[in-house]
Amino acid sequence: MKLRVRVAVASLAVAYSVGCWADEARVQLKDGPEAVTVRAHCSVCHSLDYIQMNSPFMKRAAWEAEVRKMMKVMGAPIAEQDVASLVNYLTKNYGVD
Amino acid sequence: MATRRFILQTMGGLAFAGGGLIPRIARAGLPQGAIDTGVLETLPGKQPLIKRSYRPPNYETPGEYFNDVITPNDRFFVRWHLANIPSVDASAWRLRVGGDGAGQPFELTLDQLMREFAPAEIVAVCQCAGNRRGLSDPHVPGVEWGYGAMGNARWKGARLKDILARAGLRKETVEIAFDGADRAPLEATPDFVKSIPTWRALDENTLVAYEMNGAPLPHWNGFPARIVVPGWTATYWVKQVVNITALTQPLASFWMNTAYRIPKGKFPLVDRFVSQESETTTPITEMVVNSLITNLKDGQRCAAGKPVPVRGIAWDGGYGIRRVDVSIDEGRSWERAELGADSGRYSFRPWQFTLAPHTRGRVVVMARASNAQGATQTEELIFNGPGYHNNVIQRIGLEIA
Repeated sequence: MKLRVRVAVASLAVAYSVGCWADEARVQLKDGPEAVTVRAHCSVCHSLDYIQMNSPFMKRAAWEAEVRKMMKVMGAPIAEQDVASLVNYLTKNYGVD
Repeated sequence: MATRRFILQTMGGLAFAGGGLIPRIARAGLPQGAIDTGVLETLPGKQPLIKRSYRPPNYETPGEYFNDVITPNDRFFVRWHLANIPSVDASAWRLRVGGDGAGQPFELTLDQLMREFAPAEIVAVCQCAGNRRGLSDPHVPGVEWGYGAMGNARWKGARLKDILARAGLRKETVEIAFDGADRAPLEATPDFVKSIPTWRALDENTLVAYEMNGAPLPHWNGFPARIVVPGWTATYWVKQVVNITALTQPLASFWMNTAYRIPKGKFPLVDRFVSQESETTTPITEMVVNSLITNLKDGQRCAAGKPVPVRGIAWDGGYGIRRVDVSIDEGRSWERAELGADSGRYSFRPWQFTLAPHTRGRVVVMARASNAQGATQTEELIFNGPGYHNNVIQRIGLEIA
């Protein structure tokens, strides 16, 4: 199930990548075991510089609130079991303790 | 890459990033991540703008372009919420006017919009509600704008009240809603639809604009037509508008009920949006009085004894700028600047002042605008979670040598 969700999200990202603006591909997120998941989920609706731009000032709770807003309000198909790894990555690489 | 990178020396957070004994408000700068990613990028048909995000495209106008009262179309800021922005074919475009408050729904072609309604023109500031969000202290999430999520243009279009008159507006109508052609990548994402109170829709200055500074609207600014609500923040200036809907019930949606809201009673605002008010919050409406020094850079060196011209712009929610004052002694005393040509109460108002610094060392120049309501800019940020209405008095440090 987990894998299926990820594959679905990744293919969505590809489907919309034709609409990307010229230089979006140059955005480089920091490495980490969760970076693939972050890229797959977040880039469906927006470029990844949104994450960089909003750093580093959010604590873990604020990043979790952002992820849950994307799920509940924006309808992002993020599985509950992926939330922790997204929040871990965002807090560690783009947040504050 | 280094040559393409544009660190915001004049208009971003670094303008305030000096050391020394400067007050708390002066320390507020952009988040480091926004400084690092705020590069100059060129969208098709635009000159280089400061990129905040690639997709959806959010780009702000570099500060030097505010030395002119009118912001050129190819320098005008770009702000979208949803990433799927179609290229609109003008001949296929239709504006649908309807809703349960409209007795006679109808459609318009672009040609009909231009020919069947008396054109009106108005110079008006279009400012993102979140302009200067990036300077919030503490920082808040969102598009981390510096000073340039705004522009001033001469808009030409049909008056919305004339269009609504043809629709036979029912007296029960409480709000008029606008939907653009833009869509979210996901079906589940709330579409960006905004409404304004009927009284504001019937104001003679509210337009469905199809020209901007004498030219068709740029794609990125809403071609072929957008809503213009002079005095109110740009969240209501819906781009690529395709539906105008008269509602007999308040619009219920994320973009109205949750987003773009401010705490009640914190800001000196006049215009109310009663049908959308809650116990504690209200939709953002008119812009607060504000100003910008446009010709000086923080850290600029000036010669002692030589006059230093200070130029800038001031604007508000449409009451009109009454005065702009300048201080070089941390606000202990203020001197009146000279106001320039008046292009109407919704426009940027230029102003100028001449400094005569005699003592060497650091001088902090501050400008403070006041409007016809007696409202003025704040010394300390009125903090709010979404980072709206930041009109903290700007500070530019000069080195007098």
